[in-house]
Amino acid sequence: MNATKAESASPSQAGQAALQGPGERKLRVQALVRTLGMLPVLILLCVGFQLLTGRFISLQNLSIVAQQASINTVLAAGMTFVILTGGIDLSVGSILAAAAMVAVMASLIPDWGMLGIAAGLGMGLAFGLFNGTLIAWLNLPPFIVTLGSLTGVRGVARLLGADTTVFNPELPFAFIGNDSILGIPWLVVIAALVILASWFILKRTVLGVHVYAVGGNPDAARLSGIKVWKIYLFVYSLSGLLSGLGGVMSAARLYAANGLQLGMAYELDAIAAVILGGTSFVGGIGSIWGTLVGALIIAVLSNGLILTGVSDVWQFIIKGMVIIGAVALDRYRLKGSART
Amino acid sequence: MTPSDELPVILEMRGITKTFPGVRALSDVSLRVHPGEIHALMGENGAGKSTLMKILSGAYQADPGGEILIDGKPVTINGPLDAKNLGVAVIYQELSLAPNLTVAENIYMGREVRRGLMVDRKAMEDGCLGVLERLGAGFSPKTLVGALSIAERQLVEIARAVHANARILVMDEPTTALSSRETDKLFVLVRALRAEGLAIIYITHRMAEVYELADRVSVLRDGGYAGSLDRSELSSERLVKMMVGRDISGFYKKDHDAPENQGAMAHRGEVILEVKGLRDDHRVRGCDFSLRRGEVLCIAGLVGSGRTELARLIFGADPKTGGEIILDGKPLAIDKPKDAIDAGVVYLTEDRKAQGLFLDMSVHDNVNLIVYERDAMAGWILDRAKAAERSLAAVNALTVRVAGVGVEVGSLSGGNQQKVLLSRLLETKPRALLLDEPTRGVDIGAKSEIYRIIDDLAKSGIGVIVISSELPEVVGMADRVLVMRDGRIAGEVGGETGIPITQESIMEYATGAVAMTGERAREAQEVIQ
Repeated sequence: MNATKAESASPSQAGQAALQGPGERKLRVQALVRTLGMLPVLILLCVGFQLLTGRFISLQNLSIVAQQASINTVLAAGMTFVILTGGIDLSVGSILAAAAMVAVMASLIPDWGMLGIAAGLGMGLAFGLFNGTLIAWLNLPPFIVTLGSLTGVRGVARLLGADTTVFNPELPFAFIGNDSILGIPWLVVIAALVILASWFILKRTVLGVHVYAVGGNPDAARLSGIKVWKIYLFVYSLSGLLSGLGGVMSAARLYAANGLQLGMAYELDAIAAVILGGTSFVGGIGSIWGTLVGALIIAVLSNGLILTGVSDVWQFIIKGMVIIGAVALDRYRLKGSART
Repeated sequence: MTPSDELPVILEMRGITKTFPGVRALSDVSLRVHPGEIHALMGENGAGKSTLMKILSGAYQADPGGEILIDGKPVTINGPLDAKNLGVAVIYQELSLAPNLTVAENIYMGREVRRGLMVDRKAMEDGCLGVLERLGAGFSPKTLVGALSIAERQLVEIARAVHANARILVMDEPTTALSSRETDKLFVLVRALRAEGLAIIYITHRMAEVYELADRVSVLRDGGYAGSLDRSELSSERLVKMMVGRDISGFYKKDHDAPENQGAMAHRGEVILEVKGLRDDHRVRGCDFSLRRGEVLCIAGLVGSGRTELARLIFGADPKTGGEIILDGKPLAIDKPKDAIDAGVVYLTEDRKAQGLFLDMSVHDNVNLIVYERDAMAGWILDRAKAAERSLAAVNALTVRVAGVGVEVGSLSGGNQQKVLLSRLLETKPRALLLDEPTRGVDIGAKSEIYRIIDDLAKSGIGVIVISSELPEVVGMADRVLVMRDGRIAGEVGGETGIPITQESIMEYATGAVAMTGERAREAQEVIQ
């Protein structure tokens, strides 16, 4: 919680003088270490792959890595909100598939093809609201609700295209997936904007404080006048909306969508990114910057392993071990400092 | 030279020091315990009792330099297993039993009897029967621990320790969650263990328990050893002085009702809050009372009489089935805590860790949590400058001892945590304050400060309701006292009733005005403690 507060506080701001003093400085350093905890791992991986392949750190390849990371970053941003409240959203991959399907199908409407974007986002939001409603109003466990959605929404995604792949070679919003603005790919720009917006909500708005509060102690949050159900509804809706955005990005990149394969197991990469980023699984502690680093680590691993020519099978095994190893290292380092 | 110096010593801790990063929790503490002795360990919260016991049980390691001797031989305790092997057992306040397992499985946990690859449940059940009988347990070894009462679970823990041949038994405030009858039974049991030659280290805050049980008392203060007293030397004055290190005169500050202060506040005595027929038909069965400006209204009563439930109903934390809440003469619809907070009625929970504080969040966020929304720019963007001002001012006003407002609340002592929680409520500028056990789990110094804060709040014109189980506290600060019994207000003392506020007058109502004999007297005693 203190993590980005310390990092973002500037001494010039009014009242911030209160946050000085030797005790405070130590806290800030601790918080910074916690936020950037996985950054050394990320840098180490980049350097390692550069030494192994000699072409990892090139403008072209880094751009590819960033694009590969972008969709998972967007999903992981939504997941960060959910996990901060102590919940989980297993349905993001399926929602992404369903959203990509409607996005491509709507894009086929003559002259109104741009509606595909709205359709994808709307689809994501609708499923997010569905999850959120069940969790917030019926008090069902998030794991169960989203596990159901994982399967059910996957079925909806297949149903939408009558279990076939839908194409649109003339996709009006294909620029999102393939073009750049000022030399930066649109996918990367979108992911960066999502991260910035998430940071702003979490650290600068009342809503953000309430997300942390509900995750830290739901009973105390209720007694403090926070409408806990609203917070749950918000985080699952946001996660759904961002999954819809992921679907649009994915469709824009491929000019196509397939309800059966698209977004398969994406929820696992999103969860891995959040956990690598140091967010507590029980809620209340974590930051969006950590999530960004986590998503980048996953993308760097995938890209780097391909460059080094490791076989597909071993890529899975190595990725899994790095995720566990990195988190183990993190927990070991933070041992005794706070609950995880 | 006290008589006990000549007896054999089972445990001696010498020159124990323990430093955590930035904090010295213990410095040069010594403790000497004899077999067949109940040795009370006292001290304010944060004095180092728990740390010392954690070193004994192997949960922490002491800094180099000190030594621990058992039966006169130096030992090293590097982990819980070492302690167990040396015959040390600790019964913590939070019991460490698995509720999903049976009594026998819990007693044998980690030492299960096997037959080949299988667990021999029958052998375990038979094996602990003897201990359970000896300790007077009224349940079978096959019972699920989850089905037992707190007192029975405690007995299972004691049985586990005895069964593992513990010779030094540490009990950390064992009576906190027990009723008076259960407490009596526990005392009988503890004395029986003493007769068997066990050394019992008994951590407590309650003076009465020390008188009842202890052969010897050691006191810690601020991480240091403050001294020991034999039973013959016991006096509560000496003990309090040892614990606090100073005289505490003017402990209960009460001058909000002084004549010179009454004149300063024109509206003192106006009714702010009226409660009519409030009920949940379960624990609260229709309560009527009113709260005036600038008064401290205490609600007393036995544990379970419905005091907390009444406060939670007023605050909208639980659903009510009937009754009216009137604020400033206007009926108020309170369905959820937010309605009450918006109207200026706030509630301090009795369980600050579970229901009050956000332990992972900073002091800063905890203080501002409710008012963030009111202060927000455009209704949703945090006003950080204002929040920083507020938290700094609040920390100064209530003298919260903390390195900075960015510190996580979970790392503060009980008294400071309570002040942070209180600040959060006060930032809302309440008109009526409901404080549920505001001094629970708070050390003596902070208690006195909280009394001062309550007094100041009353002086400023807020109506304060204090729910308290500590009668001396009620008598010390109340203007009026409502006494609850079985979900109803059984009586009122002080104020216009003309009945003086004394422990006796309160207890008469609390117990139903029957003669104070037998069971009732014991229950009364519990509340007085």
